[in-house]
Amino acid sequence: MADAVLKSRLAAGVEPYGPKPRPVLSRRNIVVYGTLLLFSAYYLLPLYVMIVTSLKGMPEIRLGNVFAPPVEITFEPWVKAWATACTGLNCDGLSRGFWNSVRITIPSVVISILIASVNGYALANWRFKGANVFFTILIVGAFIPYQVMIYPVVIILREMGVYGTLTGLVIVHTIFGMPINTLLFRNYFASVPEELFKAARVDGAGFWAIYFRIMLPMSLPIFVVSMIIQVTGIWNDFLFGVVYTRPETYPMTVQLNNIVNSVQGVKEYNVNMAATLLTGLVPLVIYFISGKLFVRGIAAGAVKG
Amino acid sequence: MNSFKALIAASTVLGTVGLAQATDLEVTHWWTSGGEAAAVAELAKAFDATGNKWIDGAIAGGGNTARPVFISRITGGDPMGATQFNHGRQAEELVQAGLMRDFTELAEKEGWKNFIRPVSLLDGCTVDGKVYCVPINIHSWQWLWLSHKAFADAGVPVPKNWDEFVAAAPALEKAGKIPLAMGGQAWQRTGAFNVLIPAIAGKETYLKVYQDKDEAAAAGPEIAKVFKAADDARRMAAKSNVQDWNQATNLVITGQAGGQIMGDWAQGEFQVAGQVAGKDYSCLPGLGVNELISVGGDAFYFPKLKDPDKTAAQEVLASVMLSPETQVAFNLKKGSVPVRGDVDLNAANDCMKKGLEILAKGNTMPDPPRLNTEDTNNQLNDLFVEFFATPSMTPEEAQKRYAEIIANAD
Amino acid sequence: MANEAPGRPNSLFRNLNAKIASIPMIFTALVVFVGGTVWTVVYSFTNSRLLPRLQFVGLDQYDRLWATPRWIASIQNLLIYGSLSLVFSLTIGFLLAALLDQKIRFENTFRTIILYPFALSFIVTGLVWQWLLNPDFGVQHFVRSLGWESFTFNPLYNQSIVIYGILIAGLWQGTGLVMCLMLAGLRGIDEDIWKAARVDGIPMWKTYLFIVIPMMRPVFVTTLVIIASGIVRVYDLVVAQTSGGPGHASEVPAKYVYDYMFSAQNLGQGFAASTMMLLTVMIVVVPWAYLEFGGRNKRG
Repeated sequence: MADAVLKSRLAAGVEPYGPKPRPVLSRRNIVVYGTLLLFSAYYLLPLYVMIVTSLKGMPEIRLGNVFAPPVEITFEPWVKAWATACTGLNCDGLSRGFWNSVRITIPSVVISILIASVNGYALANWRFKGANVFFTILIVGAFIPYQVMIYPVVIILREMGVYGTLTGLVIVHTIFGMPINTLLFRNYFASVPEELFKAARVDGAGFWAIYFRIMLPMSLPIFVVSMIIQVTGIWNDFLFGVVYTRPETYPMTVQLNNIVNSVQGVKEYNVNMAATLLTGLVPLVIYFISGKLFVRGIAAGAVKG
Repeated sequence: MNSFKALIAASTVLGTVGLAQATDLEVTHWWTSGGEAAAVAELAKAFDATGNKWIDGAIAGGGNTARPVFISRITGGDPMGATQFNHGRQAEELVQAGLMRDFTELAEKEGWKNFIRPVSLLDGCTVDGKVYCVPINIHSWQWLWLSHKAFADAGVPVPKNWDEFVAAAPALEKAGKIPLAMGGQAWQRTGAFNVLIPAIAGKETYLKVYQDKDEAAAAGPEIAKVFKAADDARRMAAKSNVQDWNQATNLVITGQAGGQIMGDWAQGEFQVAGQVAGKDYSCLPGLGVNELISVGGDAFYFPKLKDPDKTAAQEVLASVMLSPETQVAFNLKKGSVPVRGDVDLNAANDCMKKGLEILAKGNTMPDPPRLNTEDTNNQLNDLFVEFFATPSMTPEEAQKRYAEIIANAD
Repeated sequence: MANEAPGRPNSLFRNLNAKIASIPMIFTALVVFVGGTVWTVVYSFTNSRLLPRLQFVGLDQYDRLWATPRWIASIQNLLIYGSLSLVFSLTIGFLLAALLDQKIRFENTFRTIILYPFALSFIVTGLVWQWLLNPDFGVQHFVRSLGWESFTFNPLYNQSIVIYGILIAGLWQGTGLVMCLMLAGLRGIDEDIWKAARVDGIPMWKTYLFIVIPMMRPVFVTTLVIIASGIVRVYDLVVAQTSGGPGHASEVPAKYVYDYMFSAQNLGQGFAASTMMLLTVMIVVVPWAYLEFGGRNKRG
């Protein structure tokens, strides 16, 4: 009875009266948690479907309901996606590209972040003449579709003599990650109190000394943000990985594409989903581990500018 | 010590004299489906048997994903040993830019002209009298695949030609079937239209439009009839909610759809599903109207390389690809027809045999990729993907745009 | 240090180390972005097909471009998708951030749930949503199997609403990052401001709208750059989800560029289209970027 009254009040939008007991089912809580739960369903649904599907056999998938949990759990799709799915003649699944992806991602992330951080530092704290022009160009460059740049970059890499090498690919990732990361670092370093910087200058510290001794040690949060963005971008990259390297060094996404896009008798949705999840695992794990740092880093890097 | 050195020297000499040195050769292609990969494996096996090594560089997602990679590699100065293209005009400019290897000498030595059939295939590889590629298979587009189950369910006999098929559409619809299965991808739309041209308007109109780029023919009454037929096809395919061609084929296999216009590669799908031609499904070449098939297919091109060993290996690969044994092994797996007229194909199934007969009679024509540039083909794709998805677009309107594209084509 | 020398004899050597350190940035800006753009613009006036070659044909490529229905459709689609995506990303992102900022329990869990899709590529996003929105397997099938036989939710096969199907997937992938940016912004707001607002009896929504949001300007700038550049470049998502169909209903400019450059092997046409994209971006972005980053050298 009391429940019904409460409900009707809630529906009418009447504030509960009496002393503030802060009940669990306060209107505020219902709105806040209700909305969050609703959105969580939207965000989780695809993941749920991916996991459930990857654990089903093909006959079960053909029955039609994507939301139904698997009747018989099978890990075969995962094994197949990792170890035996074929790309042309090579039937060793995603495992083939995994280490290539690692080999591409680590140097690309490290170098692109280092360069972007130095850029941000020079832009925020030293501001030489013309610096902002270059920075504006960089920001505009963030809007250029990657596809447009394929040929010019082929020519640049060819002239530098690094086409088809890992070095070339690292350069490409550094270039295309530069705009957004430079923006983040620039904003972050701009928020460092000017007095700190001036004091260091008075003490006779130069460009690099200030960077290494003062700026670097205090910029862990923004490095985490930058790292997350870069790891995601580079790990998930398909276009550059396939255009600027050779088959021995193809990243995992090329195999994912090969597994998912191969036109076969029937689409093996379970293997596709398992392959998708396996490929996404590395960035996902990084997110789960560093999610807290991520927000803190952005809070430090993007808030003040 | 001295004798040891001599031994090494001797063995090296022997090695080079006896067999071509074992060389790794990277071959890129976009054949990644089950049957395709099995076919490629035959090529690799034959090449490895010569003492060299096939390094496979497969990229899935079809030519549109793979070609930019190939072209970037070649122009970026890091070419592969050999690469697939559809023969015709796709690699024309790479040849003109002097990036591809000329195989005229080998072609003459081995007498490619004498056994490649139809000879026009070799023409597709020839630029300024020189041979630049190795045709490897023949595919034809002009097939209508019909599901016996769908027609049985609808209570009508299996049609013998396009007109009967159109007439049977209402009965199929009443039985809850999709009359015509058609994937949503652009190439399938254009492909179906290009199949309708020779079937409805005949070979002459087809050649006038695509070979001579005759605008008047493209705007004329014959093509208008084709657009009327395409309008029928559009209505019949309205409920077909699939993207990939083999998903559409699957609708025919399972009897959910009456039929599909698709190339001979669809046959592989029926085979995999354990269906028997004539009993579970029928294939009508030329839509059962005009028994004419187009000749197109895949070819391998060989970029110029600096390494002399690899250059030698390219030659070995080219000649292996055309050897009778490889041709049979490869094409049986791929579901296509060998480019050699002198091989025995007992293992071929009924539909493939029909195709071989038509080939033997010489009822062939070049297929659109060989006549049109990819640019023109893409414009046609744009037109037909819109036409088939937009019921409000009249055939007349579409024909007007079609004629414009042909007028501007080169 | 040279840069501190009295009289500043040569401005080139001022801040020399900073300039040396910026060489990669200067190289990227000038050689890759400006150089690549100029190269693209120059070749858009040629009839380059498979390979770039300098045979100029004037404005032919542009005439053809603007006479192509697919290009017009692509631009219209991008306008619809872009404006909706911008509005919804910002609103949903901000709303979720504000909710998470209410000192709620399980904040970490909720934040992770909202952010994780960003770890997945657009290709994966497109594939998953293609499947969920497939009428024969996904949501429509499910609701119908519950007994609501006439239920229709078929965005990917309906020309008039397909762009919303893509929007659903795009928002799924991207709002998490926006939420994080916004949450970070909210966390940067001084607690005292809230207290003051509460003391003055300003309602919560007013505090957000008139006090907090204006204070979060830099966050909005960063977010805007990220969202907008993503919108202009949208390509993979469309390819994975619909391949631009049905008809041209979900074609986008970046796809037109790619298709004509590589599939049609008509570089000139692709370059003309990308030049138009660049031009539009520059008209909008350059004045803004200049005001934001160029004009006043603000600090701290």
